[in-house]
Amino acid sequence: MRQPGERRRGLAGLLGLALLVLVALLFLYPVLLMVLTAFKSTPEIFRSPFGLPESWALDGFADVWRRASFGRYLRNSLLITGSSAALLLLTAAPAAYALARYSFRLRAGLFLFFLAGIMVPIRLGILPLYLLMRDLGLLDTPFSLILTYTASGMPMSVFLLSVFFRHLPRELEDAARIDGCSELQTFWRIMLPLVRPGLATVVIVNVVPWWNDFFFPLLFLQSDTWKTIPLGMQIFFGQHLIDWSLVFSGMLLASLPLLIIYLLMSRQFIAGLTAGAVKG
Amino acid sequence: MANARRWWGRHGHLVVFLLPALLIYGAFMAYPLVSSLSYSLYEWDGFIRRGFAGLDNFVTVLTRWPFNERFWGALRHNALFFALTFVIQTTLGLYLAVLLARRWRGSAFFQATYFLPHTLSLVVVGFLWRMMLNPTWGAVAQGLRRVGLEEWVQPWLGQSGTALVTIILVNAWAWLGFPILVFLAAIQAIPKEFDEAALVDGANGWQRFRFVSFPLLLPSLAMVSILTFIWDFNAFELVFVMQGASGAPSYATDLLATFFYRTSFGDPTTGGEPGQTGLGAAIGVLMLVIIGIVSAFGVRFTQRSQTEY
Repeated sequence: MRQPGERRRGLAGLLGLALLVLVALLFLYPVLLMVLTAFKSTPEIFRSPFGLPESWALDGFADVWRRASFGRYLRNSLLITGSSAALLLLTAAPAAYALARYSFRLRAGLFLFFLAGIMVPIRLGILPLYLLMRDLGLLDTPFSLILTYTASGMPMSVFLLSVFFRHLPRELEDAARIDGCSELQTFWRIMLPLVRPGLATVVIVNVVPWWNDFFFPLLFLQSDTWKTIPLGMQIFFGQHLIDWSLVFSGMLLASLPLLIIYLLMSRQFIAGLTAGAVKG
Repeated sequence: MANARRWWGRHGHLVVFLLPALLIYGAFMAYPLVSSLSYSLYEWDGFIRRGFAGLDNFVTVLTRWPFNERFWGALRHNALFFALTFVIQTTLGLYLAVLLARRWRGSAFFQATYFLPHTLSLVVVGFLWRMMLNPTWGAVAQGLRRVGLEEWVQPWLGQSGTALVTIILVNAWAWLGFPILVFLAAIQAIPKEFDEAALVDGANGWQRFRFVSFPLLLPSLAMVSILTFIWDFNAFELVFVMQGASGAPSYATDLLATFFYRTSFGDPTTGGEPGQTGLGAAIGVLMLVIIGIVSAFGVRFTQRSQTEY
């Protein structure tokens, strides 16, 4: 069966396809150029900016790894993003469950309280947040970022998960109770595993912006110990601005983790990120 | 005692479920945002709070030089930022979504490609384009030279006249995939029968889009516009990475968020003035108010144009 729009594809259709291809090149080419340039030496970049690299040597990457303590930034980014995701799931899921499946006096008010933050950018509260972190002694530790990320992800996650929980049938809960499960056991053993797609969406929606975040590390981290990849790379790029080979290798190295995951599961990525934004 | 135990027996699980989320969200998001307001009403000496200042901080930001010039300038830049992004995404972005909805072979490839920049950190996007736009060695300049358009080569990021628009276009490169894919999902959610009925009635392609699809797409268009607006009024990273915290050249790319950052924490590029907490908080509150008012209007519009099918 052909789609209705497909019936007359003639010249207009061809022009449409040309536009799609042109825009795809516009998006793809800079990324491709970054990958190719990362393998070139600085003189080679200036000599032949568009060609394939003369060799696919990994020296540039080894150089970045060594000079920028990239391994440490990678570990920090993994640790901070991973802990934030775990903490967010552990706190948002039970809250969403309580708001979706129980009726109690404060329910509507609490739900509104969570919902109120859904479109508010947490950055605008940075001054009190910064002083709070300072007073708690959390500046320059990963906890400042983990707590900030978890808090900022809370409204959307509570909302998304409560939608998922609301769609579970009531009989499941009743059956669990008859079998002697406590409220906590019902949640943890029966209901939580059933909203796994929701948990996955929450993780995808939040992890990408956290991984790439630059603003909060810039303000919260001073020493090199806990710097994440974006902050570490920004400083590194600034110091080696003339050494294009080093900068391009660093850019590719910094982007590689998410690029690989994206190549493997772009469909889930796109579905998660657009769903998260639209449902809000 | 017995009462407390009975209360806990009946409501204890709710406390266990809700308290951790409430504590983290309350302490690290709700509290900072709300107390920004009180910060803005006080006089500050660095990070030490002095006397009550009423609305003095707001008066200073809005009327006293150099803050007024910076604030209104940044506001204009943010407005242009949003306006241009909005035009690009609702013309080119929407058109690309309509094209993609026709189910080409390789449609999945196009979608993945358009969304690709969303996986990159804005730090990388900023440096990548800073390199590409370098007027001597950058790929754009070299490409133009190769095709004989040497005279088109300019220091795009170095001149006041072109820097801001260049930043906005780089941002559009990083952002456009999102609106395209949301529009695409909205188009695909429209039941096929609507289009077919209009076709039977003799409507041409443009009429079917204008009078059938477009009204049904309005909620998504409004929704994405609100998100774009919020995003654009918080834009910070690209300017910081490409033009520095002061929005070089001579504040031509300064945005509200960079102004907010500089005023709050001092300008790291000049290394000079320390942060001015009261003024910074006032700028933050003004940004919250702008974002709040515009989003509230947008959400009301979205709800009014909401359709069920």
